[in-house]
Amino acid sequence: MSSFGIKNEKLAGWNRPPVFESDGEGELLEVAMGPHHPSTHGVFRMDVVLDGERVIKLKPVFGYLHRNHEQLGQTQSYLANMPYTDRLDYFCSLTNNWAYALAVEKLVGQEVPERAEYLRVILAELTRVQNHASTIGFLLQEMGASGTPLMYAFREREKILDLFESLTGSRMMCNYMRFGGCRVDASPAWIEATRKVVAGLPAFVDEFERFLMTNEILMARCQGIGVLRPDLAVNSGISGPMLRASGVNYDIRKVDHYGIYDRFKFRVPLGDHGDIYDRYMVRMLEMRESISILNQALKDLPAGPVMDPKAKIRNFRPKAGESYGRIEAPKGELGFYLISDGSPNPYRYRVRPPSFINLTVLEDMCLGSNVADVVLIFGSVDIVLGEVDR
Amino acid sequence: MAVDEKLKIELGKQGVMVTTIQELYNWGRRSSIWPMQFGLACCAIEMIATTMARYDLARFGSEVFRPSPRQADLMIISGTVTKKMAPQVVRLYNQMAEPRYVIAMGACAISGGPFKQGYNVLKGIDRYIPVDVHIPGCPPRPEALIQAFMTLQKKIDEQHLTGEGRPRHLDEQAPGEFQVPEFGEHDLDPPSNPGTWTVPKIIQ
Repeated sequence: MSSFGIKNEKLAGWNRPPVFESDGEGELLEVAMGPHHPSTHGVFRMDVVLDGERVIKLKPVFGYLHRNHEQLGQTQSYLANMPYTDRLDYFCSLTNNWAYALAVEKLVGQEVPERAEYLRVILAELTRVQNHASTIGFLLQEMGASGTPLMYAFREREKILDLFESLTGSRMMCNYMRFGGCRVDASPAWIEATRKVVAGLPAFVDEFERFLMTNEILMARCQGIGVLRPDLAVNSGISGPMLRASGVNYDIRKVDHYGIYDRFKFRVPLGDHGDIYDRYMVRMLEMRESISILNQALKDLPAGPVMDPKAKIRNFRPKAGESYGRIEAPKGELGFYLISDGSPNPYRYRVRPPSFINLTVLEDMCLGSNVADVVLIFGSVDIVLGEVDR
Repeated sequence: MAVDEKLKIELGKQGVMVTTIQELYNWGRRSSIWPMQFGLACCAIEMIATTMARYDLARFGSEVFRPSPRQADLMIISGTVTKKMAPQVVRLYNQMAEPRYVIAMGACAISGGPFKQGYNVLKGIDRYIPVDVHIPGCPPRPEALIQAFMTLQKKIDEQHLTGEGRPRHLDEQAPGEFQVPEFGEHDLDPPSNPGTWTVPKIIQ
């Protein structure tokens, strides 16, 4: 087993979960992992049936954070729903904003000024970097590296959150995009600060990679564990880094050309085994590609307005119709589906959350592995419960 | 009974430390509040950020997050409590050993916050368990959480071991267990614990 050409000679043969044949004697043990479990990334329950150490059945139980997002979205105006989208995937509020703004802009045929498009790309890629860094940090924490890798990730995340705060006024819940642009313009000082932070990012990724990529424990616990076959991934509607780790070349930034992504040169990293290690590596390489997009966008950032002057803000009533806007969020395809009946609030409002749909293959990945690996497989899916339960 | 401050300083110069049992007891309790590693929603991320290097909750003796409620002194309700989760939260609180404290972090834990209109959202965790410190914000900044810790430490410092205002674990009359709500026909049953929460009166 080698992923990305990295092979651990010393551990050859170690990285497979030992397979125990059930002798038909003894009892099966049913364990409820969660809703209060330190590694469930929030409130999520897995009902695991164990034969010794081996998982023979896994049932996910959702709904502990069901906050009625879609129902609330249907009872209030289009703009009033924007802050609620922040709280879907609370690591990546800006990409949520963008996907929702894109859906509404499609609904009313709204144009977005050049500068706003660039700002959106910059913010989305910064979001991707901090999300992937924290995901890897959490994954390592679940592996037993308690705290230290997460502290490295959060050190970088704090720098990016400072940028968000100085631009949008909030660290996490940014509420920045509007239908037809962005809320406020970025000052030259902000652009300069962003350049500085982006210039420091490659060193951080290098450092992270140096510590982790050939780490024996990481390789022993990740390679060959939690394999997701590409055919199953495609049939289950998996998207994002999970799908690409299985070797399927599908990135909505390349497929859909939304925003201005066709102007930037970047590569799509693909895995070839679909195990936890590939998912980790794809995220690592995506961070590098994001940094390259950030450098290009910061170089070409044009002057001009950030809000379309013709954009309607008061008395916003789209004509009857429907639209679906989707983007490549850090966790996968994030889509918003809207049906308008001409009233100030949507008739139907539906979110296609990447976390929830990526979670549907959890049982297939976990069957036959050890119970200790379930935590890692779950962590490598990269979910946020606010988005799963909505 | 407090020790005379001047005498205390004078004795301190001679290498003698004088204090009261109460001060020592409260100092010990307030300097090592171990929170429970228990995240609910968005605020949990800010809670994690508070424990990280930049905000460094370890300065307040509270960096040891325990996954088990049996080892924890403090429960941070960090996020929206839904009606499906509320029984579990109360059960976890019941499992904690005294002395135990609760911080309601963020608008959702205080009152349901932006999701108050939702059919599945509990309108404030103080309906079921006693809350010591509320911090507003959506989510509150890490500094706000640190402020909450400082407020809690002050609260512990001011507690007397006997008489009125003594901590709950020294009060034999205080309830040790709180009723765990269950799903009734339409809503959680009971809608609130009567000893913990009363319907606020609106004064015209």
